[in-house]
Amino acid sequence: MLKRTIPLIIASIVGIVLILAKFSHPIQSWETEVVMWFDILAVFAFVLGAGNLNLNNLKKISERKAGWGYAAITLLAFWITLICGIGKLGVPPNEKYLAYAWSGSYEAEGSAFWWIFNYVYVPLAATMFATLAFYISSAAFRAFRANNVEASLLLLTALLVLVAQTSSGPMLTDQIPEESAWAIFKIDTIRGTLVNLFNTLGTRAIMIGIALGVVSTSLKVLMGVDQSYLGGD
Amino acid sequence: MKQSNVVWIVVMLLAGAYLSWRAVSYQAGAVYVAPKIVVDADSGKSFTTWSKVPKVESNNLGVEISWPRTLGIWLSALFTLAIFSFLFGDNVFYKVAESIFVGSSAAYAMVVGFWSAFMGIFVAQLAPQFAQKTFMPGDDRTEPEWLMLIPLAMGIMFLWRLMPTGGWISRWPLAFFIAVFAGLRLVSHFEADFVVQIKSTILPLIVFAEDGSFDLRTSLWNSIMVLGTLCCLTYFFFSVEHTGVVGKISRVGIYLLMITFGVGFALTVMSRYSLLIGRMNFLLKDWLNLGASL
Amino acid sequence: MDKFWNSLADLDRRWLFALTFLAISIPLLTGIVLPQKVTPMVENVFNAIDELPSGTKILMPLDYDPSAEGELQPMADAFLRHAAQKNHKIYFMTIWPTGVAMIQRQVATLKKEYPEYVYGEDYVNLGYRPGYEGVIKLITSDLPKLYGADQQGTPVAKIPMMADIDNIKQFPLIVNVSAGDPGLKQWVQYAATPFDSIEIVGGTTGVQASTLYPYIPNQMIGMIAGIKPAAEYEKLMFEKYPEIEKRPNSNMANVFMTSQEVAHFMLIGIIILGNLVMWQTSGRRDQS
Repeated sequence: MLKRTIPLIIASIVGIVLILAKFSHPIQSWETEVVMWFDILAVFAFVLGAGNLNLNNLKKISERKAGWGYAAITLLAFWITLICGIGKLGVPPNEKYLAYAWSGSYEAEGSAFWWIFNYVYVPLAATMFATLAFYISSAAFRAFRANNVEASLLLLTALLVLVAQTSSGPMLTDQIPEESAWAIFKIDTIRGTLVNLFNTLGTRAIMIGIALGVVSTSLKVLMGVDQSYLGGD
Repeated sequence: MKQSNVVWIVVMLLAGAYLSWRAVSYQAGAVYVAPKIVVDADSGKSFTTWSKVPKVESNNLGVEISWPRTLGIWLSALFTLAIFSFLFGDNVFYKVAESIFVGSSAAYAMVVGFWSAFMGIFVAQLAPQFAQKTFMPGDDRTEPEWLMLIPLAMGIMFLWRLMPTGGWISRWPLAFFIAVFAGLRLVSHFEADFVVQIKSTILPLIVFAEDGSFDLRTSLWNSIMVLGTLCCLTYFFFSVEHTGVVGKISRVGIYLLMITFGVGFALTVMSRYSLLIGRMNFLLKDWLNLGASL
Repeated sequence: MDKFWNSLADLDRRWLFALTFLAISIPLLTGIVLPQKVTPMVENVFNAIDELPSGTKILMPLDYDPSAEGELQPMADAFLRHAAQKNHKIYFMTIWPTGVAMIQRQVATLKKEYPEYVYGEDYVNLGYRPGYEGVIKLITSDLPKLYGADQQGTPVAKIPMMADIDNIKQFPLIVNVSAGDPGLKQWVQYAATPFDSIEIVGGTTGVQASTLYPYIPNQMIGMIAGIKPAAEYEKLMFEKYPEIEKRPNSNMANVFMTSQEVAHFMLIGIIILGNLVMWQTSGRRDQS
């Protein structure tokens, strides 16, 4: 009862409120309250994530598993950042309320948390994703092969869009007058057609399919058919 | 010593020498700051805050080099290079940088959540007088908002997952959380991604221009949009066997989807190179002070 | 000749890495700016901000993080400068925790380049609130409920430009810069689609751009997807407001675009070469 039935009842009631709110004005105030609680509850997801990170890494260290030293570094980075941020280290007070030491913003320029974000987090996050560019170059040489009609279509489209997304690419066909019948071969026109027409229709079909999938999955959750999120027993 | 090791040591020494030369001769990575003094008229208290200024203003009155920020630029550069080192294979520098990234990013999200939601909403609404005396002096609410106890209780139940026993307690807020997600997404996807998409696809196949003449371009465009979408949808419709006419239509659908993926691929490539350009801009200009300034 | 193709087939990928490094770095160091031809989509986005009467309230959610900065910062800067040039009232907010720092950068630019902009009267930083798309859903009906105070902790009731704001339906335009979910897609789903009065333009990464085209023009006016359209936007802005061009870093997208151009042609060359290697070597492999 407590472990399974009540969560299912909560899910159904909340779901019904949110769906009915679309059609009934009086229910909209309930919806606002429910969404407000949801928004605030979302912050606990960060705490949960951080808690799991700590538990897993502590376990790795205590069991001296391979790479436990890196787990220690992760925890060290976590706690230094957390203490600097929550403790507002180096944060000057708000200009309007200088008498209140804690009134400044936690991300004030020059503070310890600001320093960690700008000089530790930013380069690491940005470079992680930037590295992918090198692998794209490598994959382009080894994997992007026109083996069949489908792959050839994909590659040809990609090449045309890549050329069109440059400054000099569209200039190659600048000599073709706008009014002539050949204007459809201008690189700008080809790009416009590929992106705004063919890409739109293909993505739209995928989008419609996903929408139906989301609706059916959501209904299964709200009607209690899908209980997988509750876990076992 | 292996030949490759010798080569690497020479490369590293040369790079170190070059960086030292750039640092001394061109002030690589140097950051200059200007002070701003804020005085409270009532209490007479004053604070100095420092803001970054461009290098061209380094000779202005009061402007000085900021060692923490200069050190920060060098550290950023070293972290950038540590991540790039993965291109040559997994190594200790990359792993250290990766570990720091995981730890600091989890803590960053927690700090932002703590100040913006936990303190900014929970504490500010449940204990307004405490908030006013400490971190929100501008607030003038006096009465606590007791309704906030509900999400707070749900939050505590949510965190019960981390406890060794009684983890099932977190199912209640989890059910609430999942249900809100499901309810919101059901309505939004149905409206924005289903109904409106179908509406946007219902287009006239034969179009006449304002002067009454046949508009070939728009007619063709609309026809491809309508028929193409139907072909792609047919490909995703698995309740009918893809043979005969249906098979041919779905084959056209596959070709159209390949064009779609081609566009997506090109835009993704563009995107990834942009990120690398951003990083190289930092290394070459902000750190090494090279090339034409932006 | 066979030896040549075989050696290419076995090419160490680090040569390709080096080629990529050079293709990006050298153009960046030259500082060359190439001419850009403006596409209709970019023009629509530009006009959406430009044609609003001076002093219009614009909601500017910055939903991205440092990992997308190389691509999105130039367009975020361009949107900001354009809006400030038009004296629009700017309301910053974010539904990404990392967006807080991105807003901070925009505020710094605003303070430096538009010192006449007064906090609370001309711009406000509402900061971050958790809740993913739930935030958008809630502020379509009740903004002060979630945003009781701004990023500095000042109650919204004490901020002059927040006085008459009940929900985001009161903003004639939303200018969103987004790196993924939740972002532009959710702004369209939860704000622009259900409420006809909400108009939206966006700046987004190329990665998610292709999935957003079906929303144009019925659910979204237009978007800037990647560095190339951002460079076009800068061009339009400089043509109409030449004084912006003199500001440092104002042509970042155009400077980046030169490297982007070389990288695109390099990649095209690599793909063609890769296919030539396949055709040359697969025949022999079949024979053997």
